Amino acid sequence: MSEEVKKVATRQSYGEALAELGDQYPDLVVLDADLANATKTGIFRKKFPQRHIDCGIAEANMTGIAAGLATCGKIPFISSFAMFASGRNFEQVRNSIGYPHLNVKIGATHAGITVGEDGASHQCFEDLALMRTIPGMTVVCPSDDVETKAAVKAALDMQGPFYMRTSRAASPVINDNPDYKFELGKGIQLKDGKDITIVACGVEVNYSLEAAKMLEQDGVSVRVINIHTIKPLDEDIILKAASETGKIFTVEEATVIGGLGSAVAELTAEKHPAEVHKLGMQDVFGESGSWAALLEKYELDGNGIYNQIKKML
Amino acid sequence: MDKLELQKIAVGVRKGIVTAVHAAKAGHPGGSLSAADIFTYLYFKEMNIDPKNPKDPDRDRFVLSKGHTAPGLYSAMANRGYFPVEDLTTLRKLGSKLQGHPNMNDIDGIDMSSGSLGQGLSAADGMALAAKLDGKSYRVYCLCGDGEIQEGQIWEAAMFAGAKKLDNLCLIVDNNNLQIDGTIEEVCSPYPIDKKFEAFNFHVINIDGNDFDQIEKAFDEARTVKGKPTCIVAKTVKGKGVSFMENNVSWHGTAPNDEQYEVAMADLDKIEEGLK
Repeated sequence: MSEEVKKVATRQSYGEALAELGDQYPDLVVLDADLANATKTGIFRKKFPQRHIDCGIAEANMTGIAAGLATCGKIPFISSFAMFASGRNFEQVRNSIGYPHLNVKIGATHAGITVGEDGASHQCFEDLALMRTIPGMTVVCPSDDVETKAAVKAALDMQGPFYMRTSRAASPVINDNPDYKFELGKGIQLKDGKDITIVACGVEVNYSLEAAKMLEQDGVSVRVINIHTIKPLDEDIILKAASETGKIFTVEEATVIGGLGSAVAELTAEKHPAEVHKLGMQDVFGESGSWAALLEKYELDGNGIYNQIKKML
Repeated sequence: MDKLELQKIAVGVRKGIVTAVHAAKAGHPGGSLSAADIFTYLYFKEMNIDPKNPKDPDRDRFVLSKGHTAPGLYSAMANRGYFPVEDLTTLRKLGSKLQGHPNMNDIDGIDMSSGSLGQGLSAADGMALAAKLDGKSYRVYCLCGDGEIQEGQIWEAAMFAGAKKLDNLCLIVDNNNLQIDGTIEEVCSPYPIDKKFEAFNFHVINIDGNDFDQIEKAFDEARTVKGKPTCIVAKTVKGKGVSFMENNVSWHGTAPNDEQYEVAMADLDKIEEGLK
């Protein structure tokens, strides 16, 4: 490990990106539901107080307000914890944003098991699955600070509904290099390998790189793909991996039902059958604990991913 | 435009509703007819709109939160010239732009897709807020059902509109007193509707929603209110204008058969005769 790896929570990057892009995108407005300090939209509020609307603890209403704003040419980013932004709000997102295909962006923070201490009621594992079912919805789960900022800009440059999940826990910056290029719907191969492929999103990209390093020491050649866009899925990069490495392991801090793992399994089942193992939350609710302890318990940190894959090889 | 003219147009709007629902063999005539006078007033007198320029950024907006009464909206829009009146018979049919519930991407002039009850007022809030942010003077109108306000999101949206002083927003509650399972009191009473909206910082006006004099007075008053949104509680008759549908909950979501259609149109012809 290099000594000083910069760590930033992707929710922080989200708030900073909004503030940084506010001047360039005058139609950008940011809505929150009494969580501006946690979702980090407070950073935007400080710079653009007139364009930050706190809706109070009423996420369904916030979603509809965003829809109305979008019909009048605004580009609203609405923010809450993933549990509420996608779960409580599902039908509002589907009918008031998805069906009319309005230009509303959803910045969902505090997704997955790394929510930590708040426990199961606030650990949303279902958002990727839910949002993926809405026609025309773009679904993104960035892996670090650099990628989150790029994703926010990409969201502002595209027309139509967009959902992005970010995490509470600080995670290492892995994309801070001159070759890095973010394109919606295009996965990034971080490491080549011949024996197996790990396809990961969000904070799990970094843990997958760690696991890959350990597997290489055991003589397993591992390809690692950062699939920041869950929908539309980069079919080419997955199918290439399926044909070249056979085995695919998907890793997400989300339920294995309906999210990234399912998307990859659905694609390969139809177009290039391959052995797909889905690592993530195995049809269970979470619990309280530090995010590090939880990742360890559910085998979703570097060691955990390594152990899970070893058992299946 | 005077009262008599509006009354005549409203008969035409009602005929369009009955014709559309009859042709579709499905749809919601009861709540379309109760609100037909409000649809008529909004589209023919109150709103700053132009069917030839339906996307004018400065136009007034309308959100039909009780989206199942799309036949009422479609008939008013067709009569106003947004699309041919003949198209009303395509309601709910495969390939028609007249979807069972309004879709903004199918018809220019529909400002918001709606139909899932409780969501429209939030969108109207957003439109009113956009006008405030941009310093524009357009107004936003939203029509809700009295059963619909049992949805909690309506009260989230009402709280927001009151708190943010959206005085360019005018909500109309079509108080026809009936919902699918019975009277609104029998099901889960939202009364007193006026007191509730007052408590949410609305300026409230109670009217007979089938009387154009009172409708006009209410909308005129709403435009003068500063610092508060307005809620017009419009007491109406469900099925208004069609004798056998009036105050009869079974016509909430049922289409007339051929015989019933003839009776309904004859009822409306008679009203039209009386206006000459």
